[in-house]
Amino acid sequence: MNSALSWIKAYVPGLECTDQEYFDRMTLSGTKVEGFTRLDKNLAKIVVGKILSIEKHPDADKLIICQVDVGTEKLQIVTGAPNVSEGDLVPVVLDGGKVAGGHDGGPLPEDGIEIKNGKLRGVDSYGMMCSIEELGSDRNFYPEAPEYGIYIFDKDDVKPGDDAIEALGLHDTVFEYEITSNRVDCYSIIGIAREAAATFDKPFNPPVVKETGNSEDINDIVKVEVKDADLCPRYCARMVKNIKIGPSPKWMRQRLAASGIRPINNIVDITNYVMEEYGQPMHAFDLDKVSGNKIVVKRAADGDKFVTLDGQERTLDKDILMICDADKAIGIAGIMGGENSKITDDVHTMLFEAATFNGPNIRKSAKRLGLRTDASGKFEKGLDPRNAPEAINRACALIEELGAGEVVGGMIDVCAPLKDEVELEFKPEKYNRLLGTDISSERMLEIFKKIDLTYDEKTNKLHIPSFRQDLLGQADIAEEVARFYGYDKIPTTLPGGEGMEGKLSYPMRIEAKARDIAEYCGFSQAMCYSFESPKVFDKLLIDGADPMRQAITISNPLGEDFSIMRTTTLNGMLTSLSVNYNRRNKDVRLYELGNIYVPKSLPLTELPDERMQLTLGFYGEGDFYSLKGVIEEFLLSVGMKKRPEYDAKSGLSFLHPGRQASISYEEVKIGFLGEVHPMVVSNYDMKGRVYVAVLDMPAIVPLTSFARKYTGIAKFPAVTRDLSMVVPKEVQAGDIEKMIRQRGGKILESVKLFDLYEGDQVKEGCKSIAYSLSFRDMEKTLSDDEVGASMKKILNGLQSMNIELRS
Amino acid sequence: MKEKLEQIKEEAFKKIKESETLDKLNDIKVAYLGKKGELTAVLKSMKDVAAEDRPKIGALVNEARTQIENMLEESRRKFEAAAMNEKMKKEVIDVTLPANMPRMGHRHPNTIALEEVERIFIGLGYEVVSGPEVEKDYYNFEALNIPADHPAKDEQDTFYINGDILLRTQTSSVQIHEMEKGRLPIRMIAPGRVFRSDEVDATHSPCFHQIEGLVVDKHVTFADLKGTLDSFAKQLFGEDTKVKFRPHHFPFTEPSAEMDVSCFKCGGKGCRFCKGSGWIEILGCGMVHPHVLEMRGIDPEEYVGFAFGVGLERIALLKYEIDDMRLMYENDDRFLSQF
Repeated sequence: MNSALSWIKAYVPGLECTDQEYFDRMTLSGTKVEGFTRLDKNLAKIVVGKILSIEKHPDADKLIICQVDVGTEKLQIVTGAPNVSEGDLVPVVLDGGKVAGGHDGGPLPEDGIEIKNGKLRGVDSYGMMCSIEELGSDRNFYPEAPEYGIYIFDKDDVKPGDDAIEALGLHDTVFEYEITSNRVDCYSIIGIAREAAATFDKPFNPPVVKETGNSEDINDIVKVEVKDADLCPRYCARMVKNIKIGPSPKWMRQRLAASGIRPINNIVDITNYVMEEYGQPMHAFDLDKVSGNKIVVKRAADGDKFVTLDGQERTLDKDILMICDADKAIGIAGIMGGENSKITDDVHTMLFEAATFNGPNIRKSAKRLGLRTDASGKFEKGLDPRNAPEAINRACALIEELGAGEVVGGMIDVCAPLKDEVELEFKPEKYNRLLGTDISSERMLEIFKKIDLTYDEKTNKLHIPSFRQDLLGQADIAEEVARFYGYDKIPTTLPGGEGMEGKLSYPMRIEAKARDIAEYCGFSQAMCYSFESPKVFDKLLIDGADPMRQAITISNPLGEDFSIMRTTTLNGMLTSLSVNYNRRNKDVRLYELGNIYVPKSLPLTELPDERMQLTLGFYGEGDFYSLKGVIEEFLLSVGMKKRPEYDAKSGLSFLHPGRQASISYEEVKIGFLGEVHPMVVSNYDMKGRVYVAVLDMPAIVPLTSFARKYTGIAKFPAVTRDLSMVVPKEVQAGDIEKMIRQRGGKILESVKLFDLYEGDQVKEGCKSIAYSLSFRDMEKTLSDDEVGASMKKILNGLQSMNIELRS
Repeated sequence: MKEKLEQIKEEAFKKIKESETLDKLNDIKVAYLGKKGELTAVLKSMKDVAAEDRPKIGALVNEARTQIENMLEESRRKFEAAAMNEKMKKEVIDVTLPANMPRMGHRHPNTIALEEVERIFIGLGYEVVSGPEVEKDYYNFEALNIPADHPAKDEQDTFYINGDILLRTQTSSVQIHEMEKGRLPIRMIAPGRVFRSDEVDATHSPCFHQIEGLVVDKHVTFADLKGTLDSFAKQLFGEDTKVKFRPHHFPFTEPSAEMDVSCFKCGGKGCRFCKGSGWIEILGCGMVHPHVLEMRGIDPEEYVGFAFGVGLERIALLKYEIDDMRLMYENDDRFLSQF
């Protein structure tokens, strides 16, 4: 909400402060100010001048030379403006002064434009006469200004030497407020002025509305029927006849202009003015176009069509509330009036409407219609029904004040029973206990008085005025105390109470370890979106029947590319790698710790299983085995000291069929790793080899332990034996190692592969493989016999696998 | 005899002094101290000495031997040291050549910021917990005092799965899960991912992170909330940081506030970073709304609480001066490796 400070000051007469003070103090008391703009920021030394005489410029057809009385002296000013004549009163910027912009009305320069005495085609010119654009505004807000040329004052308003900026109402500052949704009352000048008065501890003088109307009674002329009272708790109407359409007075135009509202004519301006002032939107119907002098408020029917006053045809539905006359709709309630009943220049009699509508209904209707107006923006917040009659009376008073018509006596007021106004017990100790303060009851009561909460000593109750719909409980009252006492004056302490143990959850500690290890191994942490496109499954060559395709769909996504909750982290990883690859970053290694979302059933009836995945991916330096090393390093670091099992037959379609493995630990499947299928690599616009691994953290966490135990350093020597063998290619080293470990017994300390060779010296279809075995007994020196016995078992094992030893 | 010994000694000393190599020293050793050396010869000629003089001469010979040996040893050390120095001279390296960096990965700026926040609150006795990202409407809204028709539901631009299930728009939902556990008092922070349907641009992302804080205990005050967050801000942004609490509105806290911190770039004087105001908005907070406690079966007459919510990206972007939110989810190595 934007409004001029002068309007606030009109109701808080004692308010004197700098713009910055106002900004700071209002913000600290809870009316947040987003920013402010001084309208005269770049306007200096501008006075009213009277054109005494005009003569032609000797050397330029389009220029004239004016002698101008600026009060203190007579100046010669040369201008090219076509619209001035002798006797006109105009704004004149003197030598060394400043204007806000150029006469073309283009964007305003940050520091304005300085004006100096000069010569125009050889003739001296002392200062400049200004157009409204040069003064930083335009004809939208000053409709009386000429289309081209100098602004001309009304002769009755000013005299030479007057401050021209004052006369235009530009010595003002427009403040932009961020009103929170609970403070419906502050979407109005009166609401903000009340806060300002309380904040600065000054008296609050809201407008006084005098009684209006002739001796007739509207109730004898017009009938209003509210059929759907659930959507319209109150409908007030008044009538004005013998309307004289014309411009509204300068003060009203200037206040509207400063609030960013275009002045149109007295009737439109009054409705806008009251909407700003009271926060109550109003509508004016041409009563001669309302058939049967009857208003019916009721829901539309599905599929009804209606032309709003902007000339657009709208399609309605049964949840949209309409204002109708005896035989047709004439307006969409709270949103926009109809073309068929709108006020035109030849209006004679009109009906003012000030109503309250169901906020959520207006909000939803406006959304469905795609028609959000100033009025609907206010109604949707849920207005105070007690405000409507006050606002409509204010509007009628302005009609009379401005001489815009004859107000008919009486008011139609169709009102559902009003909610009782809230009363709350005054509990000062409770407020102090909640705030941690020691504020006296007297101080609290002073605060309440400033914001119109009345206190009844006998009952010890606070009476909450109806416009404060946000004050419902004791905590709300405590906030009122706090914000006017000053949040900054409340002490700063730390909670007492029993000491509590600060800690990470266990899975978080495992994740922290995963980050450490990944980073030690050169992987940087990536973060990817949780949602992606359903097309990723095709991109990853994932089979149509794969359960991974059972993904949760977002009903209102930002677009197809963000429409499903991911069931795999591969797309995020490969997309990130691809970004790097295509930006020519070398040897990129990334990891991600993020959730996948596995539905228990579709469509979703209960929350999905959110599974934290550790994803590792890289291209460039490294291979399958380096990735395998990172995984094992991680498993060891979280106390998983047994050997993970690798199954090459995992059959993952997105990985190279000969270079992939699923990983199990103690029979539990914990993830997979492999080289990405070359077709997938190409689908992600990359070339070369790309590796990924995914570990399922919920499967891993129960297998981990941070327990550590020292087992001593061996005191007795180890005995080593080398085994060199030739085996068919398809025999997996893992199987050989497993057999050696099983048969080697307790004394077998380690098995290390130290040579692997395929090629010329080995027979076709075979590979040569060599292990170094180390035996040790922690208690004594091993004898040859003991080692020999173990070796014999191992050799038997090899024999049973049909493996021949190399001589 | 004595003179002869002196003469031999002098001769040996002179030769040692004149020698330039370790080989020469060895030759001298052999020539004087060896089996056929001159001193040995003197010992051998002892039989010609009178018996009563023998011990005296013997002692003299031994003394000469020791002196020669010492001098030889001293020279040997000198030569060895010189040789070592010579060798090292040839081994001079250019210490300004580039370091051979170990290849370490880098932590995402979000995580770095999160770990700082976690460290601070763990120090204050808070447990770090988490809650679901795909959430029931009830936990995200209704239980937080945001009923079906509340405008805040629109303002938050929620992604829905269906009428009942949505992507949480705030980590405040974890407050409810914690209260539901029925363990009091509570002191927790809940970091996590949240979602809002904002188009991607330099300052918005449909996925981002928040950290929720909640304390529920018998005697907690707004002053305690201020003190806790003041301590947090000072630890996070520096000891000189000032904080400012402004009244605000959240449906699930009352009284509510927003907290600004003095601009850590200009110290509060006003700069481009803080848009001239000297202050930077950091978080929203307040005293837990009694109705929120009530709905969880916690008696608001007995227990009070405070809560706060911080945007993680906001902190990371501010602290590390990252000027575009998109960088956070692009995962460009040139970005990540700066952290």
